[in-house]
Amino acid sequence: MFLYDSVRELTEAVAKSGRSLSELVIEDQAEAMELSTDEVYRKMEERFDVMVEAVHSGNDKNLRSTSGLTGGEGYKLNKYSQENGGIMGEFMTKAIGRALSVSGLNAAMGKIVATPTAGSCGIMPGCFVSLYEDRGFSKEAIVKSMFTASAIGMVIAKRANVAGAEGGCQAECGSAAAMVAAAMTELYGGNAEMSAHAAAIAISNQLGLVCDPVAGLVEIPCIKRNAQGVVTAMAAADMALAGLKSEIPCDEVIDAMKSVGDMLPCALKETAGGGLATTPTGIRLKEQIFGKD
Amino acid sequence: MNVFDIIGPIMIGPSSSHTAGAVRLGGVARKILQAEPVEAVIELSGSFAKTYKGHGTDKALLAGIMGFASNSAEIKDAFKLADEKGIKYSFIPVEIKDAHPNTARMKLKAENGKSCVVIGSSIGGGNIRVDYVNGMKVDFTGERNTILVMHKDRPGLIASVTNLMADKYRDVNIGNFRLSRPIRGGEAVMTIEIDGMPPEGMIEEIKDLEDVMNVILMRAL
Repeated sequence: MFLYDSVRELTEAVAKSGRSLSELVIEDQAEAMELSTDEVYRKMEERFDVMVEAVHSGNDKNLRSTSGLTGGEGYKLNKYSQENGGIMGEFMTKAIGRALSVSGLNAAMGKIVATPTAGSCGIMPGCFVSLYEDRGFSKEAIVKSMFTASAIGMVIAKRANVAGAEGGCQAECGSAAAMVAAAMTELYGGNAEMSAHAAAIAISNQLGLVCDPVAGLVEIPCIKRNAQGVVTAMAAADMALAGLKSEIPCDEVIDAMKSVGDMLPCALKETAGGGLATTPTGIRLKEQIFGKD
Repeated sequence: MNVFDIIGPIMIGPSSSHTAGAVRLGGVARKILQAEPVEAVIELSGSFAKTYKGHGTDKALLAGIMGFASNSAEIKDAFKLADEKGIKYSFIPVEIKDAHPNTARMKLKAENGKSCVVIGSSIGGGNIRVDYVNGMKVDFTGERNTILVMHKDRPGLIASVTNLMADKYRDVNIGNFRLSRPIRGGEAVMTIEIDGMPPEGMIEEIKDLEDVMNVILMRAL
């Protein structure tokens, strides 16, 4: 059984077995949970189905968060991608539109899959539903690759953390992007070593990202940060697939994220005590919702 | 921890730690009370205290206390539902020393006079850790099936529980064991995390052991 305390443990096991990381993780998890590999697969499939559903129900012009601060971002991006294609091209613009749809739905108290948290719930559907609907990847291949994503996530949770309150936004959006980057690398034929590099690059590129939600709500800037998570994940996977390596090994990058998170003051870890939350406009929006202190 | 802690839970937004985890914490407190609650006084510490209104942490804890799951659409309307059920509730920001940033102290009362105090934390991604039950240190995450045995502190009682498990229910494997007793000879609690589901009848048999006051099975979340 895997300990999930290092990415190295995983890449070495893959190198030894000659099989894919997702296959090894499915078997390991089935054993750990005392379920069949098929049952474990179905449970993951259920999560993918919720993601697809969330992409579509979040793509709603009239969607509004409970606070009224946000809503309809995904719809606007999707409409824009159809009309203009977008600077990054239609595929990427639609992908970030999907991420915004899911994050917006979360803010509206809709049903989502925490990946690894609700704050970063748009990144995986933004990438995976795009590969599924626009790039012809089968559902089975994507659901399988979600085990590779989870394995990276578990190592991050063990060595560092996945909560904004503990590690800042790097722990949420950073982890999500790393997980998806590793999985997409596998989907596009990269080996486990390359997946590890993709994860390391994704985390490195978001190191230090603070968690500074306006009014303490998972809305501003969280929703749009999910779009940047998609871009980071795709860029990291492409870099790894092109043969680029993270000079710092993935486990060390994760440890760096932990140490940066520990150094971040409490004000920048989900408490709405700094960053965008305490800008004059951030404070005004907070007072608009909750009144003055 | 398993893959579904990382990709999951399937939940109602907006925050896994402040909404989904809070529903689960409320659910644990309900389970420990073992009755319909009529009153809930909830103290919030750290980030919970500062941002609970914005994340709907208050609604989430209350929904959990009423028995709703973290993917229930009812979470949004928890206040209204509690009012309809006649449950009194209040939320008080406090500072619990050395606690995890997202910690709640839940004091519940049932109609029959039963009460309990549960302190727990939402440790990220909807996962929780329960720290204290009625003033006794417990420390379990709900990741595995957990048996709480409330009993009188006396020599031989741990052995009678574990012997029962070993002799009659051989397939039960204990993954974690903890005993806590604030005063020698007073009330104590065993926290026993087991792999898999407890076999039928085992919980009842532990309950029947001498000096065991109560046994609560917390199913894996």
